[in-house]
Amino acid sequence: MLVEIRDLCFRRGERIIFDQLDLDIRRGTVTAVMGPSGTGKTTLLKLITGQLHPDSGTIRVAGQDVTQLTQAELFQLRQRMGMLFQSGALLTDLSVFENVAYPLREHTNLSPTLVRKLVLLKLEAVGLRGARDLMPAELSGGMARRVALARAIALDPMMILYDEPFTGQDPISMGMLTALIRQLNDASGLTSILVSHDVHETAQIADYLYVIFEGRVVAQGTPDALAADHAAWVRQFMDGLPDGPVHFHYPAPSLAADLRMRRAR
Amino acid sequence: MRDAVARLGRGVLEALERLGRGHVLLLSILLGLGEVLRRPRLLAEQLFNIGVLSLLIIGISGLFVGMVLGLQGYYVLSQFGAAESLGVMVAASLVRELGPVVTALLVAGRAGSALTAEIGLMKATEQLAGLEMMAVDPVRRILVPRFVGGVLAMPLLAAIFSAVGVLGGYFVGVGLLGVDEGAYWSQMQAKIDFDEDLINGVIKSLAFGVVVTWIALFQGYDAVPTAEGVSRSTTRAVVHAALVVLGLDFVLTALMFGDG
Amino acid sequence: MPKRRNIELLVGTFVALGLVALFFLAMQVSNFNLKSSNNGYVLQARFTNIGSLKVRAPVAIAGVRIGRVESIRFDAATYEAVVALRIDATVNTLPDDTFANIFTSGLLGEQYIGLEPGGSPDVLRDGDTITNTQSALLLEQMIGQFLFKKAGESG
Repeated sequence: MLVEIRDLCFRRGERIIFDQLDLDIRRGTVTAVMGPSGTGKTTLLKLITGQLHPDSGTIRVAGQDVTQLTQAELFQLRQRMGMLFQSGALLTDLSVFENVAYPLREHTNLSPTLVRKLVLLKLEAVGLRGARDLMPAELSGGMARRVALARAIALDPMMILYDEPFTGQDPISMGMLTALIRQLNDASGLTSILVSHDVHETAQIADYLYVIFEGRVVAQGTPDALAADHAAWVRQFMDGLPDGPVHFHYPAPSLAADLRMRRAR
Repeated sequence: MRDAVARLGRGVLEALERLGRGHVLLLSILLGLGEVLRRPRLLAEQLFNIGVLSLLIIGISGLFVGMVLGLQGYYVLSQFGAAESLGVMVAASLVRELGPVVTALLVAGRAGSALTAEIGLMKATEQLAGLEMMAVDPVRRILVPRFVGGVLAMPLLAAIFSAVGVLGGYFVGVGLLGVDEGAYWSQMQAKIDFDEDLINGVIKSLAFGVVVTWIALFQGYDAVPTAEGVSRSTTRAVVHAALVVLGLDFVLTALMFGDG
Repeated sequence: MPKRRNIELLVGTFVALGLVALFFLAMQVSNFNLKSSNNGYVLQARFTNIGSLKVRAPVAIAGVRIGRVESIRFDAATYEAVVALRIDATVNTLPDDTFANIFTSGLLGEQYIGLEPGGSPDVLRDGDTITNTQSALLLEQMIGQFLFKKAGESG
């Protein structure tokens, strides 16, 4: 296991985000964590990378408990992790080339020629070697994500975390991204953690799926197993049904009562 | 009624919390100051953004403020037959007060707001989190060079403001209104003290540099990472910086010139 | 980055401008260059009344500034004001019977100390005291005396 999460509790103010969550991620796999918006999927990634601290529970990454690490140890660990943010999070004042070179310049003492070679190789892997002199503002959303991916793999990490990689992508870049994620994972022996609510694309590339809802894992298994699951909740989420255990209506008094109340206010 | 009290209480708590976060941030900036020595280039970029880009507005404002001081001072002083003291009046007002204060206000508006917006946008677009994920401390890499740039640029800008202002007063007083040139300079030199006026003015503008840059950076760093949140923080940065500069100016003036 | 050199050049120019401005303020606007005469010597002078004489007021001979008032203190034993004068080192031939007056520049102007050299062959040295002093003329006293005299004449 590369990541082991045990009894994880996390709350934001009054709201409970995770309630004794257990989750494992096996080395070398693409594992997807799915759930409706607002269930704290991005929060989970931030907890795994130590950007947030849980209220209780342990999060072990490669044998180290993230919650107990000092800032310096955490930074050591993060050099072996890559994360792809929803927006790409490229540094807007640097060119594509400089963005990918950034972690190399930061954490290694490689010669400029070697840095150049590595950057070009990484950009080639995402198919954007020709875009190296563009500025982030000149890239489309899909391209920005691919550049960010090149940057995330610049230091040859052991795992990559993807935060909603498919959101807001056109079908073509969606296809490119799914292919890339799978390809990178298999070619360089990475472990990938993917957080998403795009059921279809995720099921295509993931080896293992977790579905979380209201702070707990409500279903897990291979995509095929989940597709065959008959639990009402799983069906609603996987098939995108408008009503089910999650109601179409936000909790409210009955419509008739509400309409009558309007005067009283 | 109870609602209002609860809201007030919550507001006070939030303000105190923000004050605490601000000081924690200042502390971590101060602890990271060494970073500037390791990467002087980052500092040069910020001196450019804060100093060079503010130069025009500082120069022009300084010139006009000096010219207005020349005009107003002449009309008041000539009523007492003391037009020769025009140089003293212009220089004292500029070096002690207007130079540091007006420069701080202009920098807060020109460069401070830009800093807040920049940092806030970096937060909103996850660039700060991205740096953290690349095992780069955004406080050291992003905030520290901006902080040092602001603190260093401020006294230089204030000096330029005062110097241009003294020349502006000279053009109006000596050039237009016919004050004796020798008197303008010699009275000034006799009455403006190097330690008491000039050095205190520089100390003031260093303090303003710390405050203005700190507030701008904190508001950006603490911004709600949305378009609305960033714009609100930008406004707040300018308003807070202006108020704190004016308040601090009173305190510093009382400390420095109070007994003289 | 091709812009890099430009940025460095502009930043260099900016810093230089700022330092020139500071230098200008120090040399042309403030008394910094007058301060370099700090290596002069100090004389004491005792006055029964110094009027509104201030520290840093000029000390002049024949209208030419040769030093400044360094400190003013009150001597509780003699009820006199003790004024320390810092005189430029180049002015080292003041006779020991030099007369120190407190004058006012203009009717309402600032007060300063005027020295009138006597004829003694001995010279004042660092730490010496000027014994011949004339206190400040107070406007109120002068007007009072003037009115008194007028009243006496007409009466």
